Amino acid sequence: MIASVRPEPGATPSTRPAAVRQSYRDAVRESLRDALRADPRVFLMGEDVGRYGGSYAVSKGLIEEFGPERIRDTPLSESAFVGAGIGAALGGLRPIVEIMTVNFSLLALDQIMNNAASYCHMSGGQLAVPLVIRLATGAGRQLAAQHSHSLEGWYAHIPGLRIAVPATIDDARFMLAAALACSDPVLLFEHAALYNREGDLTPGLTAVDIDHAAVRRPGRDATVITYGGSLPKCLDAAASLAAEGIDVEVLDLRTLRPLDEAAIVASVRHTSRAVIVDEGWRSGSLAAEVTTRIVEQVFYDLDAPVARVCTAEVPIPYAKHLEDAALPSPARIVDAVRRVVGRDGDG
Amino acid sequence: MNAPGAGPTSREHGLTVLGQMLRIRAFEDRCYQLYGEQKIRGFLHLYNGEEAVAVGAMRALDAGDAIVATYREHGHALARGVPMDAVMAELYGKQSGCSRGRGGSMHLFDVAKRFYGGNAIVAAGLPVAVGLALAQKLRREPTITACFFGDGAVAEGEFHESLNLAALWRLPVLFLCENNRYAMGTALDRTEAETDIAAKARGYRIEAAAVDGMDVFAVEAAVGRAAAAIRGGAGPGLLELDTYRFRAHSMFDPQLYRDKAEVEAWQKKGPLITLTTRLKAEGLMTEDDYRRLDAAASAEVDAAVAFAENAPWEPVADLARFVYAEPAA
Ligand SMILES: Cc1ncc(C[n+]2csc(CCOP(=O)(O)OP(=O)(O)O)c2C)c(N)n1
Ligand SMILES: [Mg+2]
Repeated sequence: MIASVRPEPGATPSTRPAAVRQSYRDAVRESLRDALRADPRVFLMGEDVGRYGGSYAVSKGLIEEFGPERIRDTPLSESAFVGAGIGAALGGLRPIVEIMTVNFSLLALDQIMNNAASYCHMSGGQLAVPLVIRLATGAGRQLAAQHSHSLEGWYAHIPGLRIAVPATIDDARFMLAAALACSDPVLLFEHAALYNREGDLTPGLTAVDIDHAAVRRPGRDATVITYGGSLPKCLDAAASLAAEGIDVEVLDLRTLRPLDEAAIVASVRHTSRAVIVDEGWRSGSLAAEVTTRIVEQVFYDLDAPVARVCTAEVPIPYAKHLEDAALPSPARIVDAVRRVVGRDGDG
Repeated sequence: MNAPGAGPTSREHGLTVLGQMLRIRAFEDRCYQLYGEQKIRGFLHLYNGEEAVAVGAMRALDAGDAIVATYREHGHALARGVPMDAVMAELYGKQSGCSRGRGGSMHLFDVAKRFYGGNAIVAAGLPVAVGLALAQKLRREPTITACFFGDGAVAEGEFHESLNLAALWRLPVLFLCENNRYAMGTALDRTEAETDIAAKARGYRIEAAAVDGMDVFAVEAAVGRAAAAIRGGAGPGLLELDTYRFRAHSMFDPQLYRDKAEVEAWQKKGPLITLTTRLKAEGLMTEDDYRRLDAAASAEVDAAVAFAENAPWEPVADLARFVYAEPAA
């Protein structure tokens, strides 16, 4: 199937007619379909991506359309099939590896970190690893400690990787093409709580980048900086704060490495207040990194200390009330924003 | 098992493999010395005693085949044709090194030779080799991937995952296990319930054999046969190459775990001594031939050291280069 026909990387995805309402899951599936159609070097592999249809039904129907050679079911061998993705990328293909969830990526961490992230540099620039790894991430579904990790901030620590986090329908639909057009290993984190969300695809949009943050809601009084599965929570919080007369700007980081520092700086300069919302644990989190960038760059523009809303420092518990208490929520975000704007009841 | 009567096909064949093995031995001995002079730093793992494996195997592989190796890979790089100058300059950490001074001894790369590197994580090269073979198969290339690793790697999950995946997908990959008896100081039978590595491979329905890794002709013949079968679509193969490391594991190893007598016994079966004895006995080599090859090896090493000494350092301003792929200039 994968023949010697070699279109230019990054061939434009098929354009669709205006304003299509679709789920995040369908948007990711469409992005896979586009990629498989556009480039014969592209193939998808992972556990249960084929016959089963993907553990989150993202790749449902693709094996019928593209066959088992390009929609490749793998054994439960995370290290081997991630490493095989690296090797296949070195060998001239454009693999998309699905790791069922980020939790299992720990069994492939050696390949991701010691090989994918390091090959380019330790070969003096001779090797490029154009590999895309898709992973479901995040908590919120009472799956307890081993199935609820948010490790995108961890992965963002590693030079040599690019970390992209689609939070909207547009990004779910088009980030994959941007990742495949890139010669570096890209990890795409899809928050499991987003798959069922529906939204309108921006009419006429045919491509997005994986380099820049995006303002999802402009505002004057404070910037809420977030990404991924926390974005809807932040937008909900912003809506309720608006009712109190607090005008919040919501910045979606979209890419955690490289971090779009310019966008962070511009927004915080504009509002003078910042709250970072991150489903990772607080200590050593991506939120800590963003806070530091703000302190380094816009300290004198701040009107209040930076605040963070992160996950409580516990392995995620099973019971719903405990899990809810551990995770960032619109209510906690609202409280944090009220504090930084001095409207927390005593201000 | 060894091909009956695997041996030199001609005087030229015999002298060529001897020359290649002498070159590796001379290179490694010089590295040992340069480490003492602190010209080479970091971890250094020498290949003395195992030269017949890399030389025999590389001769049996094609230029288009992909090679994956370990941190003990100077011999593999040299036998594959990575220029000695570039290898030595890499050990010096120089810009002219084959990895621009960013890899060092454990990370020699040369894409032009399809040499996909030394890997310093035990067994981490196996999954990558499986992927290179997957690309070769899907792209209908006539090439295969050869993956070298030590006996220690057999205990890692990546070994088992990779063998299974390669067999399941019938990929054109040849696993070459250099069984030198020890993983650092741990003898194979102290870590493996089943010490027959070929038998483990057969458990994954992979064609496997043990080969005398001290006999360059046996290695060349066995790798040639295995490679031909794999190229013909037989699926993956594994060869266990029985060999022995003459020097310490690395430069920080007092070798408490083995007797001098054991080392001496293996040295008597060493790949160079047995080869020279054989070539002389078969009338294929004279004393003069030997001296000429030995002198050529030393001269090449001298030249590589001079090259490395005079090579430029990568400017510190370029520290952050090659973290991500650079657009072609
Ligand atoms: C995953 C991993 N664990 C431990 C080490 C440390 N280590 C380096 S070499 C080595 C021994 C490996 O032995 P073997 O595979 O037999 O290769 P040899 O050194 O004998 O060539 C060990 C344990 C490592 N590099 N990688
Ligand atoms: Mg060993």
